[in-house]
Amino acid sequence: MNEQTEKNIGQSQHGLKEIFKRLSRAPLAMIGLAIVVVLVFTAVFADYIAPFGYADQDLMAAFEEPSKAHLFGTDEFGRDIFSRIIYGSRISLQVGFIAVGIAVFAGGFLGAIAGYYGGKADNLIMRAMDVLLSIPSILLAIAIAASLGPGLFNLMIAVGISSTPNYARIVRGSVLSIRNQEFVEAAKAVGSSDLRIILKHIIPNCLAPIIVQATLGVAIAILTAAGLSFIGLGIQPPIPEWGAMLSGGREYIRDYAYMTVFPGLAIMITILALNFLGDGLRDALDPKLKR
Amino acid sequence: MFKYIARRILFLLPVLVGVSFIVFSLLYITPGDPARMVLGDQATEEAVQEFRNKEGLNDPFLVQYGRYVYKALQGDIGRSYMTRRPVSDEILSAFPSTIKLAALSMVIAILLGIPFGIISAIRQYSLFDSVTMIFAMVGLSMPVFWLGILLILFFSVQLRWLPSSGFDSLAAMILPSITLAAQSVAIVTRMTRSSMLEVVRQDYIRTARAKGQKESVVIWRHALGNALIPVVTVVGLQFGHLLGGAVLTESIFSIPGVGRLMVEAIKMRDYPLVQGGVLYIAIAFSLVNLLVDLVYAWVDPRIKAQYK
Repeated sequence: MNEQTEKNIGQSQHGLKEIFKRLSRAPLAMIGLAIVVVLVFTAVFADYIAPFGYADQDLMAAFEEPSKAHLFGTDEFGRDIFSRIIYGSRISLQVGFIAVGIAVFAGGFLGAIAGYYGGKADNLIMRAMDVLLSIPSILLAIAIAASLGPGLFNLMIAVGISSTPNYARIVRGSVLSIRNQEFVEAAKAVGSSDLRIILKHIIPNCLAPIIVQATLGVAIAILTAAGLSFIGLGIQPPIPEWGAMLSGGREYIRDYAYMTVFPGLAIMITILALNFLGDGLRDALDPKLKR
Repeated sequence: MFKYIARRILFLLPVLVGVSFIVFSLLYITPGDPARMVLGDQATEEAVQEFRNKEGLNDPFLVQYGRYVYKALQGDIGRSYMTRRPVSDEILSAFPSTIKLAALSMVIAILLGIPFGIISAIRQYSLFDSVTMIFAMVGLSMPVFWLGILLILFFSVQLRWLPSSGFDSLAAMILPSITLAAQSVAIVTRMTRSSMLEVVRQDYIRTARAKGQKESVVIWRHALGNALIPVVTVVGLQFGHLLGGAVLTESIFSIPGVGRLMVEAIKMRDYPLVQGGVLYIAIAFSLVNLLVDLVYAWVDPRIKAQYK
């Protein structure tokens, strides 16, 4: 038994190494990974990196074009746009990761139950997911955010719930394909509980598609959250959220275009990086594409 | 085939019930007293109570939901707090613009996405393929609202070629449709490419080539039909994204559609109008999905065969 476990652990490490090796051969994925790492770094150390506070107003210096003192210029209150974008990465990454976390847990739980037990539970859960899927996800997020009211946490919940059905579907699909395999039967035969089988045997074996979907999902969540802030739901000023900054700069687009250009660029680079990484991960984890 | 259509239409019912339940529940949990919202701040406490009793706002949740569905079936989903007009009237008068915008973007997505996807797949790893794929990735990562702003900045503010708002002339429709279509073009291109690549590796394609068939016939007659089946599904799903994305696009270009109506309603806390918009768009999306499934059954003989 011990030997077997040790071997398994060794194998899974080898697997991770192998995946990383394959990932490292995809230059775009590595660029994506590097950008994500940098973003996480700026989000964590925003206090040290940002030259100004995100709410520091200096009305004498309002509407300044990008310069040495203000890399990306200043907004209508004279706040430094560069600093606000740095602090904004905190909000976007938080929303992205936590919303996806909510969706993975809720969707994974529902999908695992639906796939493992089948029958009535499966029908009930998946029909409910179909209903959620029949509302375009950004609209569902808008509807939920509108009735929960403003706030970062409500925004995360709205975005999380709106992407839950995707994970339920993926996990259900993977569970269905694994449910009848021999190692699951073996686990049943030695008397493992359902919960233990699902958590210890089934979930680890369908992690690959979840990881891929979650990486791409963080991108979608950030995009959705920015869209919601853009139309005035979610984050409240003066908290710097990229979508809200874009929306605020829109009034001054004719004279001060840089106010909308930089926050948009920040969103796009973040999404692009996550998409590159997600695509690379999918290729690295897909056994069909192994060379 | 008839059986399939009937089954598929029956499937729509639980979805509609579910959507109405979600929309109603969201309205129900929304903070703020609807009676106060309708009557205004100056109304007396008695007037508010009377209104609550008259409108049945004190009834249990399920009773209220039942009444909501009953009224909704007759086309009544409440009144707007802002204008006091029925929500249905407000939305139906705004709906044509939204549908027009989404449909136009869909056409752009199909006309650009499918050819680009096919050519990329045929010339896999060529310069054309790499450039297309990079553009597709950028398109996928571009926030709709930012693209819209950049297009306005360039074509309306700098070059003064196209109007930056409205939706009543062809010139005014160009920027919004391109803005909304961008992401779908990217998705359709990627899907067509990968589906085509998968089909081209199949045995029957190798057979067709082996018997000396011309490459153009192999691609257009043998491969394309099968490669497009998954694309049809994606196109159908894209319509939902387009309807959702229209909310943002309309508010950027000041198009008088359901989306802008909803955004205004969000700002004014006019919740019946917000949720009414969601309900209508979800219904439109479900109908489009039904249509797509029927097309799907029509192009895919395997589904037809199941319901002979």
